[in-house]
Order: sequence, then C-alpha cells, then structure tokens
Amino acid sequence: MTATAHNPSAGCSAMLTPETLQKFDREIAKYPAGCQQSAIMACLALAQEELGWLSMETIEAVAGYLAMPPIAAYEIATFYAMYNLKPVGRYKLTVCTNLPCALSGGVHAAEYLKEKLGIGFNETTPDGKFTLQEGECMGTCGDAPVMLVNNRRMCGRMTPDAIDALLKECQA
Amino acid sequence: MSILGAINPVLTAGLSGDDGWHLQAYVARGGYEALKSILAKKESSEKIIAEVKASVLRGRGGAGFPTGLKWSFMPHAVQGDRYIICNTDEGEPGTFKDRDLIRYNPHAVIEGMAIAAYAIEANRGYNYIHGEIWELYQRFEEALEEARAAGFIGQNILKSGFSFELFAHHGYGAYICGEETALLESIEGKKGQPRFKPPFPASFGLYGKPTTVNNTETLASIPFIIKMGGEAFMNLGKPNNGGTKLFSVSGHVNRPGNYEVPLGTPFAKLLEMCGGMRGGRKLKAVIPGGSSAPVLPADLIMDCTLDYDSIGKAGSMLGSGAVIVMDETTCMVKALERLSRFYHEESCGQCTPCREGTGWLYDIVRRIEAGEGRVDDLDTLEYIAGNICGRTICALGEAAAFPVQSFVKHFWDEFIYHIQHKTCLVPKDVQWAGSGFHRLVEEA
Ligand SMILES: Cc1cc2nc3c(=O)[nH]c(=O)nc-3n(C[C@H](O)[C@H](O)[C@H](O)COP(=O)(O)O)c2cc1C
Ligand code: FES
Repeated sequence: MTATAHNPSAGCSAMLTPETLQKFDREIAKYPAGCQQSAIMACLALAQEELGWLSMETIEAVAGYLAMPPIAAYEIATFYAMYNLKPVGRYKLTVCTNLPCALSGGVHAAEYLKEKLGIGFNETTPDGKFTLQEGECMGTCGDAPVMLVNNRRMCGRMTPDAIDALLKECQA
Repeated sequence: MSILGAINPVLTAGLSGDDGWHLQAYVARGGYEALKSILAKKESSEKIIAEVKASVLRGRGGAGFPTGLKWSFMPHAVQGDRYIICNTDEGEPGTFKDRDLIRYNPHAVIEGMAIAAYAIEANRGYNYIHGEIWELYQRFEEALEEARAAGFIGQNILKSGFSFELFAHHGYGAYICGEETALLESIEGKKGQPRFKPPFPASFGLYGKPTTVNNTETLASIPFIIKMGGEAFMNLGKPNNGGTKLFSVSGHVNRPGNYEVPLGTPFAKLLEMCGGMRGGRKLKAVIPGGSSAPVLPADLIMDCTLDYDSIGKAGSMLGSGAVIVMDETTCMVKALERLSRFYHEESCGQCTPCREGTGWLYDIVRRIEAGEGRVDDLDTLEYIAGNICGRTICALGEAAAFPVQSFVKHFWDEFIYHIQHKTCLVPKDVQWAGSGFHRLVEEA
C-alpha cells in the first residue's frame, strides 16, 4: 500500500474520454485512500471497453493514472484472461467448452460457430467482425451452451437457431 | 427463472420473475428485518455468532467450514479498518448458484453482509463478483445504491451508530481468485496468487487488516438464520449439516438448473426434480460438488443423501453443491482430459508441484485420449497426483489431483481399454449424444 495520491494529469486524458475517466474516479473512490491500485482491474476493463484492446501505451497510461508501476499493471493485464492484449474483431465471442457445458453442447456450439464463421479459436474473420475464443467456466453452466459477447453480454441456451439469430443481430 | 425447483426453500422462497430483486420486493418478503432488529436491540456480537453457530451453517464456497466458528476468529482488540468480503467469484466448473442469488436476491446478500459486519465489527466490505457476469455485477451495484439510499448500508445505519460501507469489485477471468487469499490479492490490484497461511485473513487480510471471507450463499443465509433462529435453520437439514442448500445441476438431465433442497435430501430425489436423465439414458457418474470433487459412479451416488457427511463417506465432497451429471454416452477419458486442461491453465504458477504437476497430468491424460497411452501411465498419474497433494500453498493442487485419482480409480477398466485399444470404450458415434445440441430440450 502506498500513500501516493492518484495522478489524474497523466496520459489517460489524451487516450480516453472524460466519461471513462469519470468511471475511473468512481472505481478509485471504492477503496481507502492510498489504495487506488485496487481499481486497476476495473480501470483496465473500462479502457478496453472504450478502445477494444489494451496496447502497451494504454496499460502504461492507466498505470500512471493510478500512480502504480507500469509493470504492475502489465502483470494484471497478462494474468487475467478477459483482457485483450491484441486487437479483436468488433464482436468477441467466448464460448465455454468446459466439461459441464460440453455435456450440454458447449463443444458442439463452438464447432458450429467455427464452421459458420470460417475461423478457429483465437482468430478473427477477414472483415474484422468476429473473433472466436474458447472460454472456461463462466458460472452459467445450467444455461449451456453459453457464450459471452465482448465480455459484457452473457448468452445462454445457444442452440443452432439462437446462434444464427445472434450472428444476424451482429451483422445488422 | 433458472431456479427450477425447491423443497422447503429459504434462500429462494417467494422469488418471482425478474423484478423481485429490487429493494421494495425484498422488503415485502420481510427483508432487512433481521438487520433492523439487531440494530434496535443493540444485539451483542457474541449472541449473533452463537446463533450462527447453532444453525450449523457450513461455508457454501466449497470447504464447508462452520461459519460461526470462522467469525469467532476475528481478533477483538485491533483498531482501524476491518473487512467482510463476499466471494462471488464462482469459477468452479459446474457451479452457478451464486449467480442466481445476485440475480434474484441481491439484497439478501447485502443484508447478510451487513449483519456479518456488525457481528465481526467490520466497517468495510467488498463483494468480489467474477467478470463474466457483468450484467449481474451492474445489478448488484444498483442494489447497493438502493440499500444505501434506504439507509441500510453507509454511515450511522438507521441511526444506530453502526457504520458499514459496502462496494462491488469485479474479477476478469481467473479461477484462482476464488481462493480466498488470491481474492484478497486481486482486490489489492495484484495478480491472484494465494498467500501462505498462517497468518489467516482474520489476523492479516485485505490491506493487512482483520478480514473474513465468506461465500455468497453463506452470507445470503444469514438474515434468514437470524429471523428463524439458529436451531430452526439447523432442523431444516440434519445434525452437522444445517439448513437448505442450493444445488446447481448441470449435464445430462432434462432440466439443468438450480434447486434448493434441505441438506440430507436423497440424491435420487434431486435427480427426479431435474426431470430425470435426458433421453432416458442411463446414469454413469456424478461429480457431486464442483469439478474438483472426486467423481462417484452411479451406484455409489444413488445411495447418497445430499449432505457433507454422506457424500464424504462415499469418498467425495459436497463442495460448492455443483452436481455434474454424466450419462452412459460420456467417455470418461475425454471428460477427465477437459478438466485436467482447465486446472493446468488455471494454476497460478507459484508452486512448482502444481505448475509442473498439472501440466504433466494433462499431458498424460491427453496422450491416453489420443490413443498414445502406455500401460504404466495410470501409475504415473497416481504418482504425480499424490505428489501434488499437500505440497502447495493453496488447494488448487488438490483440486487438480482429485479428479484424476477418482476417475482412474472408479473407471480403471475404461482407461485400460483406451490404452490397449487406442480408442474410447464408448463408441465414438454415440459420444456426446446426450449433449442435445441440435435439439436442445426446452425448459419444461
Ligand atoms: C482454487 C480454489 C477456488 C475457489 N473458488 C471459490 C469460489 O469461486 N467461490 C467461493 O466461495 N469459494 C471458493 N473457494 C473457497 C475459498 O477459498 C473460501 O474457502 C470460501 O470463499 C470461504 O467461504 P465459506 O466459508 O463461506 O465457504 C476456492 C478455493 C480454492 C482453493
Ligand atoms: S462449464 Fe460452461 S459455464 Fe460452467
């Protein structure tokens, strides 16, 4: 725990909208004074929400905002699986294939998506629309097959029809 | 609604539709009365802890540790911040009960945390919610706003002089953060690497302050225990196994979902509530307590009741109450391969036996599944698994070893067949038949 106050003047304001920075401040306020590093996970997630992925520069800027060493922020970005360290398609689809889901079609749903999109896991369609990822248990196994859209929207009971409908909605 | 059935429900009683989560609906169900009465009576901390002890509530996060006892470990004389942390990381494959509590009854979690805070003299709290359920993290934040506006959390709650600030913190895709000390590291803005214990969180927790970590379901049970009395809650279940519990049923049943039943309910009854086996196929095996719990073959589980003692006697664990049901179309080698990959990927890498051992386990199971297994592989698996257990900072090592040991033990012949014939015992064309992907069974 350091006693340094956070540093709102750093590079973030050039990179992120005032709304996003306001959300940063709301996160920082959740923690005791001097413990602003606790907001790093939320701030990186918010930066990613705005920019689509986390470049080295973004990670460093967020670290600067929270007055923490860039390496400590980079450790966070690489440890937690939901951060995008490379650009992804407009829609990142993460399909759970862990055992409980697989028993109810999780693997089949992933195969169906691969076929429909013509890509494999960790690939992006040539038009930059979709990135497909394999996920671990998302605590939603009762609704299998499940997939997460852009880390934010959980979709359950993804039958072939439901997947078709989702893809169509994203094409619109 | 994905709470699909209940017997004598407590946590899910009276829940209806998608709006029942709001403060107003919770209050109409008798919500916040327990907190109000405690504050009005200026109840002593000892009395509340005694009530929780009498309920024989055991931690619902997996370890089943008695909650009242855990609370009594908080040191009394320490000045400064003290924390209550709710663990909604829920990453144990098969578990999806805490999600439904946040979704349908978030105020029960908030009230439970406020009462816990009062009892352990905490002034701050966080609910750590895993990042995959973003929409419900937002809902929980809304519920916090409602509670704050109504004066149930914040400074000088209901003019009692008791203050408790509560916030939500989200994860971002790391199973290990469900381990309580990894979770604390994660809230501090670090990698989720578990801490050496002792010191335990009660003496050195979040930011080095006295801290208690409890599971979401554990905390949500508290208001009901205070309202009905510890003994009444205990009597809902059976001795040493107080209360009702949520069971998350996944896999090859007709109606996967959450079910709240008294501890001690026969497994066969739960299976019946789930509409039985999908397609009328035969039950092969069940993992009764989340993917880390040892698997039990059909004949063993069918004789169990759902409580810590019965499942323990059968050689497994009640764990988080995640019941993973597998029918005769399941290739046990393939099933174990997927779990072993998970533990290998999720090992935080701190301890050599876990970091290397989980990789070796996965490599060997994968090799058997690919038809490249050797006869001595099964002994090697047992040797590696045995050498991980007890040699790591946290229990992820055991969580990886238990499935390997139990799958090989109970399905030895199937593993041997796989090695000798270089293919599955379950014919490939019937495998995953139970998945139902191309004609998913609709909610009945
Ligand atoms: C690898 C690992 C993952 C865990 N994941 C969770 C989890 O997702 N949720 C949870 O409540 N407990 C989890 N636990 C157990 C916690 O460490 C802790 O025992 C629990 O949150 C305490 O709450 P309880 O006493 O109310 O059960 C996990 C433990 C380990 C070793
Ligand atoms: S196994 Fe897929 S959400 Fe749990």
